[in-house]
Amino acid sequence: MQIKQIMEYLNAEVVCGEANLETEVHSAFGADMMSDVLAFVKDQSVLLTGLTNPQVIRTAEMVDMKCIVFVRGKQPDHTMIDLAIKKGIVLLKTTLRMYPACGILYMNGLEAGGTV
Amino acid sequence: MSGIKLSYRVDGDNFSSAGEASEQVKMRLKQLGVDSSIIRRVAIAMYEAEINMVIHAKGGMAYVEVEPDRIVLSLQDEGPGIADIELAMKEGYSTAPDTIRALGFGAGMGLPNMKKYTDEMKITSEVGKGTTVDMIIYLSAK
Ligand SMILES: Nc1ncnc2c1ncn2[C@@H]1O[C@H](COP(=O)(O)OP(=O)(O)OP(=O)(O)O)[C@@H](O)[C@H]1O
Ligand SMILES: [Mg+2]
Repeated sequence: MQIKQIMEYLNAEVVCGEANLETEVHSAFGADMMSDVLAFVKDQSVLLTGLTNPQVIRTAEMVDMKCIVFVRGKQPDHTMIDLAIKKGIVLLKTTLRMYPACGILYMNGLEAGGTV
Repeated sequence: MSGIKLSYRVDGDNFSSAGEASEQVKMRLKQLGVDSSIIRRVAIAMYEAEINMVIHAKGGMAYVEVEPDRIVLSLQDEGPGIADIELAMKEGYSTAPDTIRALGFGAGMGLPNMKKYTDEMKITSEVGKGTTVDMIIYLSAK
């Protein structure tokens, strides 16, 4: 699916990266522990998280994520937004909690992807 | 490709900037046309080591050598050292405080992850003196 479809499914707002909303993504990973992202992400290109600090963007960039969805209404700060713009990563935010956000995307065909 | 040497100071007082060195190495390797799966392994291993230096050792130095057949990483700090390296290598072992866990780290996955993503890894450490993590990733397929 395209990133803009994720927005529709989750009733999410774009924080930055409007130009890349048509990027195709196939699988996602949900975590509040960046340790787990680094250890288990293989080819997933969307990260759902409730954590907001600059290392979330750096971690996502290290594993080549294209989009980060902040759940529970979390708002990334300016440092994070600047970093994401530099790296071309789309940031979205939704008021949904982690479980429903992941569930809705999964039901609509966004896969879990491989594990390393 | 001839040998390229890079070095970075990793600031131990600034959690926000942790990972900058790894990010720059990632960019350099991309410019050099290194295979993307290799870049990813280097980036993750170096980032884990860089974060460790920041959260456990108040920073240090990161050295990267890009050779024709391999990438050599050395992360050196003068932090508290690791008393039991075998124990530290165990998945899930962490001494990170709750403040670090609240930032998304401290699951005890970093060192095992570094081992997984590199072809060779060696930790040299002395309590009270510091820690050096040396890693090698070969450029030909693993
Ligand atoms: N550079 C270092 N200096 C001192 N101690 C270290 C260093 N690197 C690792 N350690 C010790 O080894 C333990 C395990 O490290 P590891 O990277 O596997 O886990 P972590 O950093 O605690 O959590 P995670 O990597 O999942 O965020 C650490 O908790 C710490 O006690
Ligand atoms: Mg670690």
